[in-house]
Amino acid sequence: MGAKRILETSFRIAWKDLKELSRNKLGLLMLILMPLLMMAMVGFIYPSGSSIDMSNLKVQVVNLDTGFMDMSVSGDFASAVNQINSASVNLAFSDGTTLDVLVDSIQRGEIDAGIVIPENFTYCVLNKQQANITIISDTSNPQVSQQVSGVLANIIESMSKQVAQSNLAAQLNITSAQAASYMAPYNVSSQGVVEGSSSYFDFIAPGLMMMTVMMSVMTGLPGAITHEREIGTLDGVMVAPINRLSIILGKTLAQLTRGLMQGLIILILATALFGVTIHGNILLVIGLLLLGVFSFVGLGVALTSLAKDQESASMMLMAIMFPMMFLSGIFFPVKMMPGFMQTISSFLPLTYASDALRKVMVLGSGIPQIATSLAILIVFGIVMLAIAVPLFRRMMTR
Amino acid sequence: MIEVKNLTKVFGKFTAVDNISFTVKKGEIFGLLGPNGAGKSTTLRMLSTLARPTGGVATIGGCDIVKNDTKVRNLLGVVSEKMIIYERLTAKENLWFFGCLFGIPKEKLHKRIDELLDLVNLTQFKDKQVGTFSTGMRQRMNVIRALLNEPQVLFLDEPTLGLDPQSSVEIREFIKKLNQEKGTTIIITTHMMLDADLLCDRIAIVDHGKIIALDSSVNLKKATVGANTSIINLGITNLNLDMIEKIKTLPCVGAVTQEGETKLRITVHGEDAFDQIIDQVRTLNGKISSIENLQPTLEDVFLHMTGRNVRDSVESKVLVHTRRMAKMPVQRGR
Repeated sequence: MGAKRILETSFRIAWKDLKELSRNKLGLLMLILMPLLMMAMVGFIYPSGSSIDMSNLKVQVVNLDTGFMDMSVSGDFASAVNQINSASVNLAFSDGTTLDVLVDSIQRGEIDAGIVIPENFTYCVLNKQQANITIISDTSNPQVSQQVSGVLANIIESMSKQVAQSNLAAQLNITSAQAASYMAPYNVSSQGVVEGSSSYFDFIAPGLMMMTVMMSVMTGLPGAITHEREIGTLDGVMVAPINRLSIILGKTLAQLTRGLMQGLIILILATALFGVTIHGNILLVIGLLLLGVFSFVGLGVALTSLAKDQESASMMLMAIMFPMMFLSGIFFPVKMMPGFMQTISSFLPLTYASDALRKVMVLGSGIPQIATSLAILIVFGIVMLAIAVPLFRRMMTR
Repeated sequence: MIEVKNLTKVFGKFTAVDNISFTVKKGEIFGLLGPNGAGKSTTLRMLSTLARPTGGVATIGGCDIVKNDTKVRNLLGVVSEKMIIYERLTAKENLWFFGCLFGIPKEKLHKRIDELLDLVNLTQFKDKQVGTFSTGMRQRMNVIRALLNEPQVLFLDEPTLGLDPQSSVEIREFIKKLNQEKGTTIIITTHMMLDADLLCDRIAIVDHGKIIALDSSVNLKKATVGANTSIINLGITNLNLDMIEKIKTLPCVGAVTQEGETKLRITVHGEDAFDQIIDQVRTLNGKISSIENLQPTLEDVFLHMTGRNVRDSVESKVLVHTRRMAKMPVQRGR
């Protein structure tokens, strides 16, 4: 009874498990629905720069300008602001009347922010003074407030730059490019290592894939084995003259296939619906998912061996999975966590797995760039298996 | 074929199997009879290499069950109390899966599956998922699954548990046939007296992890019912609790069990026992409808050996079956 027979029986067991799964209609549906829900939820709840819908935000423009010498330039200004807005972020603009009304509307929650053009606007513009535009926002909602005032400030700043640039060019009789270099001698442009910008989905998709695949092994493996033990079929498998290793292998293989399927569903959803692009090698992506699973098989098997029944297995899983979900930098970057959290995070294998996958998918890294993470995952997997297999053997002959 | 010496299994502080020894000859049907929790199933689990003994040794076909477990497994067919079949697989797929685990060559396995399905009349259902089967059909599946590898030794753990009387009869006949035609050595555990009585060549009565008696059914009964002791079935149309208590106090009366509303099963000693009982019932104004002198059953044997009724063992699992067991003596009476 050599390695060939062990593999053969493993495949047999995996095939049987998958066949059972394929006949479980509800299970199959959940298999597809779970990643979809996950993706949709995290994708829509967490606001990201481009995904937040600005047209929901209402901005009132209050023009208090009284004019100067029968002239008024504030109307032109307001319509220019409006134009830039509708060409870019498309906030919902409306005209206001007085400052008090604006404040009142914000307090009522009817308006998210306001632009106030001061009384002396035309005077200042015509008399070569700086005109002070005030942005008032709903600070009871810091995220929105920050976002809106930022956007509005940007609009107004870019307008004032344009005006200044053309004024300067006219004054000094130079080209507007020259005028721009006088105004801002240093220009900043930032870019990633690959072309295009990345959204929150680009950040979250790799972590989510890795987490789903690992979870399905961690929950699926103990689930499958304790379930079979409870209904009694495991005895039937164990009285057959097979190596017990092939039970672990076979079950893992089945769960792996299931997890990989879920991972790929996430990948397809992420690319098709949420505009995620894979910059790295797709084979490396799949390879990494497999490695992630490998590093977690041991933990799954160990849990199976320690848990007496399905219920306690799932309780133990929850205790391990929950912190891991939040501390492994899947939803929130590890580097932005407080120091001690970062330390905890550095002990979790999921941190390395999802980080490596993210580097490959977003930055197009190859194996050399993620070697450290790979090494950690391999070592973790081997150590856990070395602990788990004896535990499993002991459990089997209890 | 099977030799068990001082086999012991301890779970924590609880000794489930306490130093038991027995041998089973080739081609024998051997019964382990006892209430739930007596240690029957644990004994079988150890013999089927599913549990490691705490102490003692056992060999099957000369192979040690611990050191040579793979060889032992090749000799064995195991029908456990829980049915070993996957509900979402069809009958054929189930058998194919387990056959492959035993490494049976494909050609042979195909033939074997067809044979076995035919043997238990399930051929027409071979492509149906087992989840749609009745309990009786499932149990037949469960039994033929254990026969895939043509085992020399078959272990049956409560094979008729939860089956209706007709299915029980079918399973019993199947076991008997298997034993006679193929010479398969069989060990059965059961708490059903009827199973043990009808099937087993020899019976070991197990209680609290120990074998308290081991002999053929006939001999066990003889030991229970001597010249001076008999078992009667007494029908009283206006039977009540008070009457039962009064009958119990008679010196000639051993055990009393109520079977149905108007029937009592009484173990009596002494020559004038019948008279004493009839007198007592009469003084209580009881109306006797029938008196029968019965052959002792294994139930009586168990009662005699342990001082307890099998159905008295307080365990949820037993309670479920108590009702069905209560009907058994009625069947036997006919």
